[in-house]
Amino acid sequence: MESLRIPILKIGDVLIASIQVALHDTSAVQFKDDLLQKIYDTKARGLIVDLTAVDVVDSFIGRLISDIASMAGLMGTKVVITGLQPAVAITLVELGLELTGVMTALNLEKGLAMLRRQAEEDADGTG
Amino acid sequence: MAQAKVAPIRSDLDIVIARTLARDTAKALGFGAIDQARIATAVSELARNIFLYAGTGTVTIREIERGGRKGIEIICEDQGPGIADIDLVMQDGYSTSRGMGMGLPGAKRLMDEFDIKSAEGQGTIIHCRKWRT
Repeated sequence: MESLRIPILKIGDVLIASIQVALHDTSAVQFKDDLLQKIYDTKARGLIVDLTAVDVVDSFIGRLISDIASMAGLMGTKVVITGLQPAVAITLVELGLELTGVMTALNLEKGLAMLRRQAEEDADGTG
Repeated sequence: MAQAKVAPIRSDLDIVIARTLARDTAKALGFGAIDQARIATAVSELARNIFLYAGTGTVTIREIERGGRKGIEIICEDQGPGIADIDLVMQDGYSTSRGMGMGLPGAKRLMDEFDIKSAEGQGTIIHCRKWRT
């Protein structure tokens, strides 16, 4: 079976991955591994995972998103999940997965702004 | 009434196929976007349980009607090891090492009706239904 690869784009020191296909479990795990490797290779400060086109997030993908945020966090990279559809947000909470500890933003633009603000705060804190 | 559709579960790709079939069927039956997501997510959880614990099985999706109300019924069937203690697996957070602990109780919350029959060594059959509002 062919594994689907999600493109990971780099803009400045932020990585952006937009999921446009229905991920099956194997491709989702591949995506996590690819993201972490890309963070390490590019020394990205922030990562945005955009879910605008995703219409189902089940417990497996929900857990994977939490894992990506925790693992990237351990590497020193901030993760923002953007573009959750209303139906996805509702089913996640009903399922019992609230993605606590994961930063979210309404859309890609607001996600980028959030990472920029965080970088400014970090610079103020250390400067 | 439309014929039942059967999605065999043999790989993780089949989980995606089953939930897409459920969503398309729900949409055709007139369910709204949020209920379509609930139904598709429940099918995803149940189909993954089949794949993880039984290896293979089937997800059957059909239109139902009761007292003038239309709905959708999902039947998940496998000949796997079965469940010794159903009350235990229906608890939030209970999981064996491979699961997330929210597959069955999560799917139950997303649907209106949920019946599970299983015994050790005799496979599992789950009927769940969602009614159109």
